[in-house]
Amino acid sequence: MQLTLTLNGVRCTDEVQADTTLFTYLREKGCLSVKCGCETSNCGLCTVWLDEKPVLSCSVPALRADGKKVTTLEGLQDEAAEFGAYLADEGAEQCGYCSPGFIMNVLAMSRELTHPTEQEIQEYLAGNLCRCSGYQGQLRAIRKFLAAKGGCV
Amino acid sequence: MKRNYVSTGVRKKDAMSLVTGKPVYTGDLVPANALRVKLLRSPHARAYIRSIDTSKAKLVPGVVCVLTWEDAPNSRFTTAGQTWPEPSPYDRLILDRQLRCCGDPVAIVAAETEQAATQALRMIQVDYEVQTPLLDFTKAKDNPIVVHPEENFRALCDVGTDANRNLVSYDSFTVGNLDEEFSKCDVVLERTYNTLANSQAMMEPFCTYSYYDEYGRLTVVSSTQVPFHARRILSNALEIPKGNIRIIKPRIGGGFGAKQSVVSEIFPALVTKLTGRAAYLCYTRQESMTNGSPRHQMQMQVKIGATRDGMIRAIDLYALSNAGAYGDHGPTTIGLVGHKSLSLYGSLKASRFTCEVVYTNTMGGGAYRGYGATQGIFAVESAVNEIAAELGIDPTVIREKNMVKEGQIMPAYYGETCNSCTLDACMAAAKEHMNWDEKYPRRVLPNGHIRSVGVAIAMQGSGISAVDTASVEIRLNDGGFYTLLVGCTDMGTGCDTILAQMAADCLDCDIDDISVRGVDTDQSPYDTGSYASSTTYVTGGAVMKTCAELREKILAEGARILGVDPAQAEFDGQKVFVPGTDKSITRAELGWASYEGHSKLLTACQSHSSPVSPPPFMVGMAEIDLDPETGHVEVVDYVAEVDCGTVINTNLARVQTEGGIVQGIGMALFENVQYNEAGKLLNDSFLQYKIPTRLEAGTIRVNFHPSYEPTGPFGAKSIGELVINTPSPAIADAIRNATGLSFRNLPIRAEDIALAIERQKHD
Repeated sequence: MQLTLTLNGVRCTDEVQADTTLFTYLREKGCLSVKCGCETSNCGLCTVWLDEKPVLSCSVPALRADGKKVTTLEGLQDEAAEFGAYLADEGAEQCGYCSPGFIMNVLAMSRELTHPTEQEIQEYLAGNLCRCSGYQGQLRAIRKFLAAKGGCV
Repeated sequence: MKRNYVSTGVRKKDAMSLVTGKPVYTGDLVPANALRVKLLRSPHARAYIRSIDTSKAKLVPGVVCVLTWEDAPNSRFTTAGQTWPEPSPYDRLILDRQLRCCGDPVAIVAAETEQAATQALRMIQVDYEVQTPLLDFTKAKDNPIVVHPEENFRALCDVGTDANRNLVSYDSFTVGNLDEEFSKCDVVLERTYNTLANSQAMMEPFCTYSYYDEYGRLTVVSSTQVPFHARRILSNALEIPKGNIRIIKPRIGGGFGAKQSVVSEIFPALVTKLTGRAAYLCYTRQESMTNGSPRHQMQMQVKIGATRDGMIRAIDLYALSNAGAYGDHGPTTIGLVGHKSLSLYGSLKASRFTCEVVYTNTMGGGAYRGYGATQGIFAVESAVNEIAAELGIDPTVIREKNMVKEGQIMPAYYGETCNSCTLDACMAAAKEHMNWDEKYPRRVLPNGHIRSVGVAIAMQGSGISAVDTASVEIRLNDGGFYTLLVGCTDMGTGCDTILAQMAADCLDCDIDDISVRGVDTDQSPYDTGSYASSTTYVTGGAVMKTCAELREKILAEGARILGVDPAQAEFDGQKVFVPGTDKSITRAELGWASYEGHSKLLTACQSHSSPVSPPPFMVGMAEIDLDPETGHVEVVDYVAEVDCGTVINTNLARVQTEGGIVQGIGMALFENVQYNEAGKLLNDSFLQYKIPTRLEAGTIRVNFHPSYEPTGPFGAKSIGELVINTPSPAIADAIRNATGLSFRNLPIRAEDIALAIERQKHD
């Protein structure tokens, strides 16, 4: 079936199977920042934006993105580096495997919530698992990032 | 030595590529033409393959091969990544006709596409002779069901293996006169503790691809902690010479010990060997959980005796470990149960440790952060907390009276002397930071919830003494930058950066002047790998030696060019010069000189191994909020006071500690491992196997109290494994302080607590 979407600002038309997930499609399109950590929609590693809203690409059929705008970390390199620098300065990226999905969600949160409380941050990001960091350094990075952007907590 | 980088929070050298999502992991680098590999796994915990019909599967378009036991080599091997001769028995085949646990591989399918491989899996017809499995590890020894009856089973080391009795290993040691010391005690407790086969749950599953390179050598790119061991293991398994194998480790998405076993590597490697094609296998999360390399399930019996004044005189510890179907890391993890728990108490006049590791038809175990110390410390620390409660002594006070001190000899720790230890300072700080004296043992909140605190202490090692070996090579290049070649494996912990920090301070240069490269077994110097908390301590030791040698070489070459005796010259990191004269040559010029016309590459390579494994120590204190109606426990605050010697990277050590504690909270409270009656693992996804989310992590406060370890680089010891050891006993202690009930089986689930409180009301 034919799929037409805007991927990181570029219009693409491709043939996909009805059961192809957005995750598989994006990896095949070379968006290798998008990772898979489970098969049960629990880990958040595959988080991308569908029309600016974060979704788990492993649970979205690629065809659901037809006519829509899909954004991965490849399309947000400057913003990723901006927030990522705070994460790096805490050493909290550790293995980095969960970082792209986590950062996609942090950037979505920073657009969606103004002046979020700590509890709101933790709840917004609860679906992004990390096994290395214990989450504390991620929170320190988010606080510093939001403070610098004027959305302090 | 000046410290411009050591003891600072330098950003990881690979940090920005990771946070911007660059394709740097195994699965991102797979060649386009690689075959997709899938495994048909056994639905039975114990079965014999009468026959397999692969003819239909082979007809699926795109399928290139379907391999069964008849196609695989018949040499038994271990997948445990350990120094040869491995203590783990050679008890595996790549594909075995006898299946020993659910998920054991039955067939390997390789196809042009994943869909074709998946479809072919469904077309394989297997006739199984289903056999009764041995699932209860407490009944495994001398059970009529023998898990490994095969004739070519082999144990390389004398670890008490007896396959006919389902014994992977047996060991025992005694210090002092146990009976005499127990007779002097006023209180003696005997308690049994149980822990489960937790999954490391690193975010990147097991992942490997392989291909033949231009020289016809088998190249295996894999997410592994042990590239050099993987080379040997693949050589054993595939029956091809080590010289024909090359292992490359890209960035790793977490390991925690899981990738100290060669889990996924053997399957694509066999496909490449037999087809000549590149082949790629990435485990699903489910496979990573059912057939990975989890922590060993253990049962521990502790007999502990103390006098009325709170002096602990004797501990008798027996541990039974469930190796599962294969003995990977079985004989070695069990040792840490005793060595790294009993050695916490310098007051002991006598101790004994006895252990047995047994085979069953459950998933095979492996290495998981803490490596037996976690289980042993849960048991011994819980017993210490219970005897403190029995004696009516504050659990922090009983530890202050008994815990090991700097300068003491540790008889249960290979007789090593405790050369560096600030446990006393850690305890004092923990009490202050937790406000222990005010909070201990509990208080009831207006909403009926109970706030309570609990404590535990812990140790680990720093590398495996006299076994772990690390080599590094450092080259001075044209223009004056250095290349640091390492064989240890940065799995996200940041060792590439930590070693560069050390090298930069040893060589008096900017850290950006040091390029780090690892690991490619064809190019990197030998290192046993990143496990046993070895990298900072052992590989760091090799960095120190190598830098010293390179400095001498740079000085000698500089002096030669300047036409003076090296004794007259100095090297300050930037230039070789003769003090009091204008004679000097810069490092950059020397770098050029070593390339052009001098036929003398300035390079140094040194190896390091340590005869001792100095323990890092810590105190962990948990404050919990317990709802007595539901049994729900929330860890609201965790105080960690850590002595890892000199902290090399302040940020990374802190994050290691925070991560280890949250992983430990999962082990203590949520991470359950349940089998059905047929031996199938039920908790095989993140839906059923609950690892902590950020909502369960609470607040973790970490402080360092560095001792100076005389044998460590810059005085450093290890950090990575230590930090997972306190949450289980500290949280169990807090739960007892809240409820008056002792919980001795992990995880301590809300329902266990609620039901126990209910029973208590009725009793």
